[in-house]
Amino acid sequence: MLAAIRPDDWNFPLLLHVLGASILLGALIAAATTQLFAWGRRAPTDVVPYARLSFRTLFFVAIPAWFLMRLAAEWIADKEGLTDLDEEPTWLGIGYITAEGGGILLLISVILAGIGARRLSRSNGERGEILVRIATVLAVLLVIAYVIATWAMAGKPD
Amino acid sequence: MGLTDWLLALHVLAAFSWVAALVVYTVVIVAGWRLTVPSDVVRMFRVSRVGDALIAVGMLGTIIFGIWLALDVDGYQLWDGWIITALVLWLVAGALGGREGKVYNAARDRAVALVNEGRDAPSPELGAMLRSQRGVVFHGLMVVVTLAILVVMIYKPGA
Repeated sequence: MLAAIRPDDWNFPLLLHVLGASILLGALIAAATTQLFAWGRRAPTDVVPYARLSFRTLFFVAIPAWFLMRLAAEWIADKEGLTDLDEEPTWLGIGYITAEGGGILLLISVILAGIGARRLSRSNGERGEILVRIATVLAVLLVIAYVIATWAMAGKPD
Repeated sequence: MGLTDWLLALHVLAAFSWVAALVVYTVVIVAGWRLTVPSDVVRMFRVSRVGDALIAVGMLGTIIFGIWLALDVDGYQLWDGWIITALVLWLVAGALGGREGKVYNAARDRAVALVNEGRDAPSPELGAMLRSQRGVVFHGLMVVVTLAILVVMIYKPGA
C-alpha cells in the first residue's frame, strides 16, 4: 500500500537514507560499546585499544554514514516536497533535530575520542580518560536519539 | 499511532538492529585482522557480543513484525512475490550468519583456550583463523544479502 503511493524515483534516495542511517546507528553502537568496555577497565593494555578502536569507528564509519544519511535525507525531502512546508509534521521535526543536532554531537564526540585515545596512548593510559568518557556519554546519547528518530521516521507519529 | 504504524516502526527498528550488527561485526573483523596475541583477540571479541544481541533482535524482529505487518495491511499478502523473495533472502541470511558465526566463534574459542592455558604469545594459527577467507566470504555474502533485502523492502518489486 505504501509502495503504491510512493513514486519509483523516490526509492533510490530513500534506500541511501536508510542505509546511511542504519550504518550510522551501527557505528555509534560499536563505538559506544568499545568506549564502555574501556570505561570499566584500568589496565592500559585494555583501555588504549578500546579507545583507539572507538575513535576509528566514529571517524571512518560514523562520519561518512552521517553524510550519506543527511544528504540522502535532503534529496528525498526535496523529492517529496517536504523542504518548503509551512508547518512541518512532528516526525520530520524529530528527524531534522536529531540529524543536525546529532551531527554536531557526533563531531564533538569524534574530536574528544581522537584526542583522548591519542593522550591515553602516549601516556600509557595515564591521561585522556576524561575525554574518552565524555565521548562515551555523547555516543550513548546519540544512540538513544537515533533510535527515537528511527521510530519517528518509520512510525510517523502526528 | 495505530497498530500498523507501530508494526512498521518496530519492523524498521529491527532492520536497523540487523544492519547495526553487521557494522559491529565488520568493525571486529577489520580490527582483528592483524591480531595474533590471544588476549588481544579475546578483548576484541567482547565487542562482538553486542553484535550477537543486535542480530538476534534484528532477525527475529524483522520476521515477526514483517509477517504481522503483511497480515495487517490490506494491500499486502504473504504470497506477494516481493514478500516471498524477502523471506527466502531472510532464510539465506540466517544460514550464512550461522556459518560465519562458526568460523569466528572457533577463532574466539581458540583464543580463550590459549589465554586460559597461560599461552599469550603471538599465535600464527590464531592469526590465520582470524584472516580466514571463508569467514570474509560468508560475511561479504551476508552483507550483500542484507542489502538485497533492503532493496526488496524499499522497491517492493511487483507490488
